[in-house]
Amino acid sequence: MTSSTVSGAAAGSRSHRSRVIGRLAFLGPGLTYLIVFLLIPLGMVLSYTLFRRGRFGGVVYEATGENFTRLLEPLYLDVVVGSLKLAGLATLVALLVGYPTAYLIAQLPRKWKTIALVAIVLPFWTNFLVRIYAWIVLLSGPGLVNSTLVKLGLVDKPLELLYNEGTIVTGLVYSYLPLMVLPLYAAIEKLDPQLREASANLGARPARTFVSVTLPLTLPGIVTGCLFVFVPSFGNFVIPELLGGGRSIMVGNLIRDQFLNARDWPFGATLSLALLAVLIVLLLLQAWSSRRA
Amino acid sequence: MRRPRLLYVPFWVTYVFLYTPIVVLVAMSFNAGKSPYVFAGFSLKWYGELAGNATIREGLVNTLVVAAGSTVLSTVLGTLLAVGLARHTRSRVLDALGVLPAVLPDLVLGIGLLVFYAAVKMTLGLHSVLLAHAVFGMAFVTAVVRTRLTHADTSLEEASRDLGATPLATFFRVTLPQLAPGVAAGALLAFTLSVDEFVIAFFTAAPTTPTLPIVIYSMVRFGVTPEINALATLLLAVSFTVVIVAQRMTRLTESLS
Repeated sequence: MTSSTVSGAAAGSRSHRSRVIGRLAFLGPGLTYLIVFLLIPLGMVLSYTLFRRGRFGGVVYEATGENFTRLLEPLYLDVVVGSLKLAGLATLVALLVGYPTAYLIAQLPRKWKTIALVAIVLPFWTNFLVRIYAWIVLLSGPGLVNSTLVKLGLVDKPLELLYNEGTIVTGLVYSYLPLMVLPLYAAIEKLDPQLREASANLGARPARTFVSVTLPLTLPGIVTGCLFVFVPSFGNFVIPELLGGGRSIMVGNLIRDQFLNARDWPFGATLSLALLAVLIVLLLLQAWSSRRA
Repeated sequence: MRRPRLLYVPFWVTYVFLYTPIVVLVAMSFNAGKSPYVFAGFSLKWYGELAGNATIREGLVNTLVVAAGSTVLSTVLGTLLAVGLARHTRSRVLDALGVLPAVLPDLVLGIGLLVFYAAVKMTLGLHSVLLAHAVFGMAFVTAVVRTRLTHADTSLEEASRDLGATPLATFFRVTLPQLAPGVAAGALLAFTLSVDEFVIAFFTAAPTTPTLPIVIYSMVRFGVTPEINALATLLLAVSFTVVIVAQRMTRLTESLS
C-alpha cells in the first residue's frame, strides 16, 4: 500500500475502499462459514454445560451447576483419569519406539530415507477403521498371533489378547505412531552433526552426548510428537469400543453415549469441556516449552 | 554419521508392527475358506460377494458425493481465506481461527454440529455431512495455500495493483495462477480426509445415508466377515496408489522447479 501514501487524497480514498472490498471479498465467505459452522456450534456446546437435560435429548433452559458436580463423581472422574492413563501410556510407547526409528531414518542415505519415510506414512493414509479391524483379525482367539503361539508350543490354548486395556494401547500406538515419528524425524534431521562430533571430541561417551546434546536439542520435536499422539488418543471412542470390548471405556465413549444413548446433552457437553480443558492445558505447555527452547 | 547397530532393532520392530496387520488382512482377503482367520486356499469369492453388496455400494456412493461436494466448498472458501489472511489482515486471532478446525478433536466438532443442526431444526442427510466436512477441509486447504503464499513472489501482485487492477482482478489474473499447485494439493488433501472421515460423519449423517466408514464401522461391530478383508484390501490399494502417485508428482515438480 505504498502507492496510497504518495498519491493524493482522492487516490488514497479509492485505495482505502478497494482495501475494504478486498477484505470483505477474501475474508468474508470463509470467516462467515467458520462462525456459523464452528464458533456457534462450539458456543452452544459450551452453553449447554450450564443447563438441564431435556427429556428426549436437547436442553431445558434452566440454569444449573449439577453437570459439573456430576463430573466430579468418582464414576466419571475415574473414566477421565483412566483415559489420561491410557492415552499417556500410548504416547510413551510411541515415543520409545518412534525415537530410535526416527533417529535411524535421519541417518539413512537420501534414497532410503525417502522410502523409509513414505513407508511410515503409508499406513496412516489407509482407512482408520480398516487398520483397527486388522488388529481384531490378528489378535482374536483363532487369529495369527494365537495360532503361532500355540504352534510354537509357547501356550497351551489361545490367549485372551483382545478386549483389554493393552489392546486399546496397541490400537492407539498403531494408529498414531506416524504422527510421532514425523516431528521427531524433522527435529533430528535438523541437528547439526558437528555438535555431536564436538561433544565426542571433548571426550563425552555416546550416551552422554545423547543425553546432554541430542535429547535437549530435539525436545521440541519430542513435545510435538507426544502432543500429536496424545490428543487424538485421549478423545478417541472408536478404538476403545472396537478393541476394548466396552469394558474399559474412555472419556470419548462416555461423551458419545451421552449424546446418542443417554440423551443427556448437557452432561455430554460438560464432558467435552473437560476434554477440551485438558487439551488446552497441554497446548499451552507446548507453546511454553517451544518458547523456552 | 555413525549408525548404532542397536538402533536397528526398534527400527525393524516399527516396520514389522506397522505392516503385519496389513499383510495378514490382504492375505486373508484371498481366502477360499469361510473363516476370516484360517487360510484355506486362494479364491476371489469375497471380492464377488463384495461387488454384490448393495449396502457397501450405497455407502461408497454417499462417501464420494460428500467428499466431492465438501472438497469444492472447502477449496473455494479455503483459498479465499488463505489469500485474505496472508494479504488483507495481520490479525493473529483470525489466523488461529483458520486452523482451529484442524486441531479441534473431531469428537467435539461432531457433537457441536449435531447440537447446532438440532437447534436450527435441520434434517440430517448427506448435506449435513458435506457441510460438516467442509469445516475441517477448509482449514487444511487454508493451511496448504497459505504456506505457498508466504513463498510466492509478491512483486507481481504489487505491479498489478500499481497498474490499477482491482483486488479481484489481481486475484484472478495474478495470485490464483501462482497458487494453482497449492490449491490442487489442498483440494486433494480435503478429498482424502473426507473419504476417510468417520467420527464427524457418525454424528451428522442420517441413519438412512451412511458413508462408507460408517458402513465399515457397523460391519466391524457386528462381527468379523471375510468381506471386510476384501473391501479393506481394495481401500488399501487405492490409498497406496494415491500416496505413491502424489509422491512421484511432488518429486517431479521439485525436479522441474
